[in-house]
Amino acid sequence: MTARTKGTALKSRRNFLRQAAIAGIGLTAGSRVSSVWAKDEPPIGTWPAGSQGNSVFIGITVPRTGTYAVQGEDELKGYQLAVEHINAGHPLIKAISTKTTKGVLGKEVKFGVADSEAKPNVAVQAQSRFITENKAVLITGSTSSAVAVALNKLAQREHVLYAAGISGSNDTTGKDCVRYGVRQCFYGQTAAAAIGPITVKTFGQNKKAAYLTPDYTYGHTVTKSMQDYLKTAGWTTATNQVAPLGAPDYSSFLLNIANSGADVLLNVNWGHDAVLSTQQAKQFGIFDKMKLVVPYQTPFLAREVGGDLMAGVYAATDFWWTLQDKYPLAKMFVEEFEKKYGYKPEWGANNGYMEFALWADAVERAGTFYPPSVIKVYEDGHKIQSTVGEVYFRKEDHQLVRPVIIVRGKKAADMKNKEDFYDVVEVVPGEPLMQKPDAFGCKLGDYT
Amino acid sequence: MNWSNLVAQMFNGLVLGALLALISSGLTIIYGTLGVLNLAHGAMFMIGGYAGYLAFEATGSYPIAVVAGAALVMVLGILIERVIVRHFYGRPAEDQILVTFGLGIVFVELVRLGFGSLSRSVPPPSWAQGVTSLGFTVYPTYRLVVVGIVAVALLILYLVLYRTRLGMIVRAGIEDSVMVDSLGINVYRVFMVVFGIGAMAAGFAGIVNAPVASLTPDVGESIMIETFVVVVIGGVGSFPGAILGGLIAGQILSLTSIVDPGYSYVMLFAAMTIVLLVRPRGLLGSRSRD
Repeated sequence: MTARTKGTALKSRRNFLRQAAIAGIGLTAGSRVSSVWAKDEPPIGTWPAGSQGNSVFIGITVPRTGTYAVQGEDELKGYQLAVEHINAGHPLIKAISTKTTKGVLGKEVKFGVADSEAKPNVAVQAQSRFITENKAVLITGSTSSAVAVALNKLAQREHVLYAAGISGSNDTTGKDCVRYGVRQCFYGQTAAAAIGPITVKTFGQNKKAAYLTPDYTYGHTVTKSMQDYLKTAGWTTATNQVAPLGAPDYSSFLLNIANSGADVLLNVNWGHDAVLSTQQAKQFGIFDKMKLVVPYQTPFLAREVGGDLMAGVYAATDFWWTLQDKYPLAKMFVEEFEKKYGYKPEWGANNGYMEFALWADAVERAGTFYPPSVIKVYEDGHKIQSTVGEVYFRKEDHQLVRPVIIVRGKKAADMKNKEDFYDVVEVVPGEPLMQKPDAFGCKLGDYT
Repeated sequence: MNWSNLVAQMFNGLVLGALLALISSGLTIIYGTLGVLNLAHGAMFMIGGYAGYLAFEATGSYPIAVVAGAALVMVLGILIERVIVRHFYGRPAEDQILVTFGLGIVFVELVRLGFGSLSRSVPPPSWAQGVTSLGFTVYPTYRLVVVGIVAVALLILYLVLYRTRLGMIVRAGIEDSVMVDSLGINVYRVFMVVFGIGAMAAGFAGIVNAPVASLTPDVGESIMIETFVVVVIGGVGSFPGAILGGLIAGQILSLTSIVDPGYSYVMLFAAMTIVLLVRPRGLLGSRSRD
């Protein structure tokens, strides 16, 4: 070996050692960084894969066919408007999610839509695809509590956040609640506690009630909540007619109701079932004998049943567009929605919009899409301005504490425009309406 | 036991059953003659309703709506048979089921595209609005009218099937279509007419039912399930079986609702299961289509 080559070899060895040392330091530092990351935000669900690019994906399942199709389409419009506003950094979204600039944590929000047909198995299959193929960071949508409960379970199993859509069952944030699920809309218990007093005040004590109940978790829990409340005023149940979802005819159920001797009919049906059963109740002359109460209002009900059928009828709801006279954010929402879709929004659309706004708020506050951190923000009790005033999530069951709106149907002659179906009678504050957090058996489960 | 309610439910079962019998008769004569299980039959029911709705909106006349709904679906049925179904006669039953199922989906989605999912209503004619007191109960007048309309429609169908040359060929075709063909009768023309009549029965029922239950694009889906049950109970391919099956189904749905309404539809399927166990071809089914 010559001196030159020896020197080159030494230099090479030195270079090698230097590079090895740098690499070693780098590797050590890297492993330290990764161990810190692993400790604080280890991979879980679609984290971090779902938020590594310039965009994040939301999986939406709403019924676009079947008995809840109309309400599903309306809900979808609310989601679409919210995504548009989030990506554009619209003032309405910024008023609700105060840390939002554009997108969520600077990432564009994209979404996919599947028809759930209001069937739990169909919704779960579609959302499973969104999770595995699109790495959805949020799944959402339901107009049936059976779907909401099924997606709750999927969310907890897959560790992906689920914001329930329309879901009126007590079980969604009750016995079937999960750590990974949240709900913004009203439900059986709050509906009953809100509309119960005005029902008793209007019709008196010790009345007989007939119920028309859809045969699944929503129907059973709403009817139970109404029965429990009205029992305190001496009301009894003359009959409870349980009908399958999507029944093509209600005549046999309505005959039983007509012959039950009830004073008041509480129609718990929803979607087209509510429309059809109400129209057929009119055909059977039931409203000549008894009054109608709607404990959980169906969007578009008054529009679809037609005539003066809903005139004077009390209903509990989540949102009605004339709340724009009371809440500035409601006014902004109604104007934006009508500008885009050409009609006044119903409560399903408002619910969809608010779900996404509340999620954007939670992620922005968390500063990360890491699900346990986002969940902890939902649970920290911070107050949020919404289209129905100040609201917050209850940490024990992930239920939004929000008012319930009581409306009364107007006569056609009293309507100021073609969509002026209801008067807002009362905005009932949410907190006193709610059961104790553990009353419905909620056990949220683990973060990881 | 509330006796007036029992009688009222029996009566209601008769009304429900009459409508089911009419829809089922269309399905069963198509299967009986052509051997094709038409899964687009529910869509025909729906289209009849919407066509009648459009005619009513344009004219305000209930009779015109009924005629328009039935006629349009008959023409549609003939077109479907000539353009699509005819090519599937020689193919396996699975292919026939798939093509008619697909047609049903296409029709439903086309209507949804045109009308949206918001329900549409056709009011009963002014002379049939309100309720009628029957002594044991009050009952919607229009539903009483429906029984009469359906009875007349079924009578006409009966006369066509049992008192005309066409009906004789149809019944012969149910027994042995190859023999009818070999006698020099144009079986395919008969098939086309039968498909049109079968579809028309569904379309007619669709518009007659529109004042009873508001229209949505999915309205045929749920009625289709009941129709199948009726056809299976009565005997697949049997016209009298469809009527008997419809009347039985109506009574089951109505009477079981007195005991537990949540199980009335379950009872319908239970009855079908029992019939299949005791008489696999249905109550009035024959061996000819085996």
